[in-house]
Amino acid sequence: MSDNIGKIVGVNGNLLTVEFEKPVVQNEVAYARLGDLRLKSEVIRVRGHYAEMQVFEDTTGLKEGDRVEFTGELLSAELGPGLLAQVFDGLQNPLPKLAEECGFFLKRGHYLDALPRDRRWAFTPTVETGASVTAGDALGWVPEGIFRHRIFAPFSIPRGERWTVEEIAPAGEYAVEHVVARLRDPRGGRHEARLFQRWPVKIPIRAFAERLRPTEPLTTKIRIIDTLFPVARGGTYCIPGPFGAGKTVLQQLTSRYADVDIVIVAACGERAGEVVETLREFPELVDPRTGRSLMERTLIICNTSSMPVAAREASVYTAVTIAEYYRQMGLNVLLLADSTSRWAQALREMSGRLEEIPGEEAFPAYLESVIAAFYERAGVVRLNDGSTGSVTIGGTVSPAGGNFEEPVTQSTLKVVGAFHGLSRERSDQRRYPAIHPLESWSKYEGVVLVDQVAAARDVLFRGNDVNQMMKVVGEEGTSIDDFVVYLKAEFLDAVYLQQDAYHPVDAATSPERQRYVFERLVRILKTPMRFESKDAARRFFQRLTQTVKDWNRVEMGGAEFAEIERRVEAMVAEVAEYA
Amino acid sequence: MHRVYHRIERIAGNVITVQATGVAYRELAQVTSARGVSLAQVIRLEGGRVDLQVFAGSRGIATDSQVRFLGHTMQVPFSQSLLGRVFTGGGQPRDGGPPIHENPIGIGGPSVNPAKRIIPRNMVRTGIPMIDVFNTLVESQKLPIFSVAGEPYNPLLARIALQAEVDLIILGGMGLKHDDYLFFRDTLEREGALSRSILFIHTAADPIVECLLVPDICLAVAEQFALKNQRVLVLLTDMTNFADALKEIAITMEQIPSNRGYPGDLYSQLAARYEKAVDFDTAGSITILAVTTMPGDDVTHPVPDNTGYITEGQFYLRNGRIEPFGSLSRLKQLVNSRTREDHRTIMNTMIQLYAGYKETLEKQAMGFRMSDWDRKLLKYGRLFEDRMMDLRVNIPLEQALDLGWRILAECFEPAETAIPTRLIEKFWPGNIAAATAA
Repeated sequence: MSDNIGKIVGVNGNLLTVEFEKPVVQNEVAYARLGDLRLKSEVIRVRGHYAEMQVFEDTTGLKEGDRVEFTGELLSAELGPGLLAQVFDGLQNPLPKLAEECGFFLKRGHYLDALPRDRRWAFTPTVETGASVTAGDALGWVPEGIFRHRIFAPFSIPRGERWTVEEIAPAGEYAVEHVVARLRDPRGGRHEARLFQRWPVKIPIRAFAERLRPTEPLTTKIRIIDTLFPVARGGTYCIPGPFGAGKTVLQQLTSRYADVDIVIVAACGERAGEVVETLREFPELVDPRTGRSLMERTLIICNTSSMPVAAREASVYTAVTIAEYYRQMGLNVLLLADSTSRWAQALREMSGRLEEIPGEEAFPAYLESVIAAFYERAGVVRLNDGSTGSVTIGGTVSPAGGNFEEPVTQSTLKVVGAFHGLSRERSDQRRYPAIHPLESWSKYEGVVLVDQVAAARDVLFRGNDVNQMMKVVGEEGTSIDDFVVYLKAEFLDAVYLQQDAYHPVDAATSPERQRYVFERLVRILKTPMRFESKDAARRFFQRLTQTVKDWNRVEMGGAEFAEIERRVEAMVAEVAEYA
Repeated sequence: MHRVYHRIERIAGNVITVQATGVAYRELAQVTSARGVSLAQVIRLEGGRVDLQVFAGSRGIATDSQVRFLGHTMQVPFSQSLLGRVFTGGGQPRDGGPPIHENPIGIGGPSVNPAKRIIPRNMVRTGIPMIDVFNTLVESQKLPIFSVAGEPYNPLLARIALQAEVDLIILGGMGLKHDDYLFFRDTLEREGALSRSILFIHTAADPIVECLLVPDICLAVAEQFALKNQRVLVLLTDMTNFADALKEIAITMEQIPSNRGYPGDLYSQLAARYEKAVDFDTAGSITILAVTTMPGDDVTHPVPDNTGYITEGQFYLRNGRIEPFGSLSRLKQLVNSRTREDHRTIMNTMIQLYAGYKETLEKQAMGFRMSDWDRKLLKYGRLFEDRMMDLRVNIPLEQALDLGWRILAECFEPAETAIPTRLIEKFWPGNIAAATAA
């Protein structure tokens, strides 16, 4: 414990003004003493002999003159085996364990170790004495669930420097605090490596060979995303949408079906109820990729809306740091941040208390650079050993009033690779997922052929044009050819873009099935059709829609699948017009 | 023992400032002036100066009025004797009964550990089809009624309260009109529910600071009862007044406003209250039903907007009817899957078709010719509004679902609804379908 002690001179909400004498570090962690309690806080501004600190807890009861203990350390996360399947708060306290100790409520000033200290891990060394290592090199590994959890040389080894392994522990069972290696730096300094290390959450881990361009698609099994607005491994995407448009359902589905090794859910400033669902259901769901419980690949960082605001900001950084850590093992990690707007609001609250000059809608002027820096922590990297790992970041945005012109949405759109805009109109019509097919975009490549996507989008755009036109000239003023285009667009929307999240088969569509079905649907869209009247056309498409929807609900490859496919083809053949 | 100060340096709005030492953040003080005694709470400490928010307002406070610090934070008594009583926002009796002092508990306590929550699973039946079928009320949910001034939101609130199966009702009134307060009291009394109710009422005539305390007091008491295995329903009306009170204090404190004058922490402030809704894994539950009036019927106004993000679905009350387009949370979808297999399908299909009806209405208003399909939609929309949306309809869920099938069958052929064939075969009223086809 450092002996640097300060004294509180002001309290305003969760902002403390502290008078200090010895040097303090920007963003260092300090503890405000309240009787026996120690309230964690972080230095966020220094003026003269006064440090301003945000407290990660409720400040009720603090007095002027109370002691503050500075630690000299930046806010850090513990990185080591035992993180997976855990539920942490924004400061990496394990919530289930906290519940065991404190009961129903979150007691302030109560901090626990993120990693269990008593659990032992079977360590296998992969380097020998005398080897030279750099940051990001593995010293050995332990099994964690289905993964080989690599134990790394400290990430703090300066770039380009190599340290020598003086001593490495033999294979055996060790607790996380056990020293498994002793290292020497070129200047003769000695260092210890344990099964875990600490890393400051606001600084990216850069212990890899190079960053690559994200090209490989990350399939989510949600058709509208994988086919029209795909996400790439190592890419970034955002989901802005008004409340009630289904952001959270979308995130839940993605966390369940996404084709990645590890999913980290950062529930940041959102409802507790949603975390609870993941918490209680995932352990019982089976991951189809591994046959193990879905929880084994999931990690939740949860700072719900009623928990202290300052920790909300910390939670997204804790989450992305852990994501980067698993990426270092050559794994594909998906980080889902719900919602980045709440995090931005936390910044705004602190900025207001600091009486900084406000930018647009009172958000601080540095909002854009902070958001950009966060999304830039995503990426595909080639590691020191030649393997690749990736962090994909998907963030929801909750724009005030559902208006995408606000600062958080706009700053986010500038830096992400795909935009899944949710629309109130579509959710009112119960067209789920409510991703707007005309406004959304993606810069990545998807699972189906590009020219098929172009053809489908063309029909959607033209269908929308016809629909707009019909609002002016009415159905009677529309030619039957135009009307059929409109019906085709509606048909594609109903049977492909919409997906029933609660149906066991329809909820997840594999990339193979998407390719197969989409190819056939595009063929139907391209088929010229002749109808006697608009009513006949409408009736035909209503029947076709229902049949294809039934098709969506049966498993691919079975007899029923083929049978419905034949029926669909027969129906289309009846109305097809052959030139 | 208690420290007493006599020199008030600044009086602005409801906030007074004194020079004092050893004062804790959020501590309570008693301010004695010629007008009487009021409580006040510390809201900022800064270099020896203490800002206090005076509950009864600063009017009549002299620069030499007495400020006595009490050494504790805001508390509310908690005991069975609260039942059937009416209090002010400050916790004083409003019904002429004796004050209660026993067993004081703190308000605005810490939030519940998410690991101790359970997934809400019990539907609360209300007998209103627009709620039961289309926007199910779930135990431990937090649900606002978005409304415009002039809509019958308070009667609706009262009706849901009386029909819902709960052990205890706590009503928090903020900026309530005095006659609305009497309405609630009399309705609860008439229906024999007053003995299981507790009322904390701040009327529009009371000091604004007390308005801020109402939700915290209600929820602190609710939490204690929930921990004692009671299922508590908390009614809050109207949360927009609460937000406006927050705005007033924030502006007085010279905080930088973020959106339409509201403080930047509006979301966190509202969330801290709504998130008290909970289903404890080994105890009772708290369900919150709140009214949020939308100024100018504008759902993008900061108060309804932030509320919408916090809560799990909303009821929109418009023209005396609950609109079917309220957002659905995942929560309800999960509960709906356990009622009857056709519940979710009926809900989605009927709303999709109703959206089509609304479009057709627009077309009709512009004088376009109606196609066969349009005429079907028009018929459907009218039937739906008359038989389902009318707030007077009072039938159990199962009957409401059957009614839905009947309305569909009267208007459409099965294929037109795009309902899964399996459900059509099971539920479509056969004789009506045959009659329509013939």
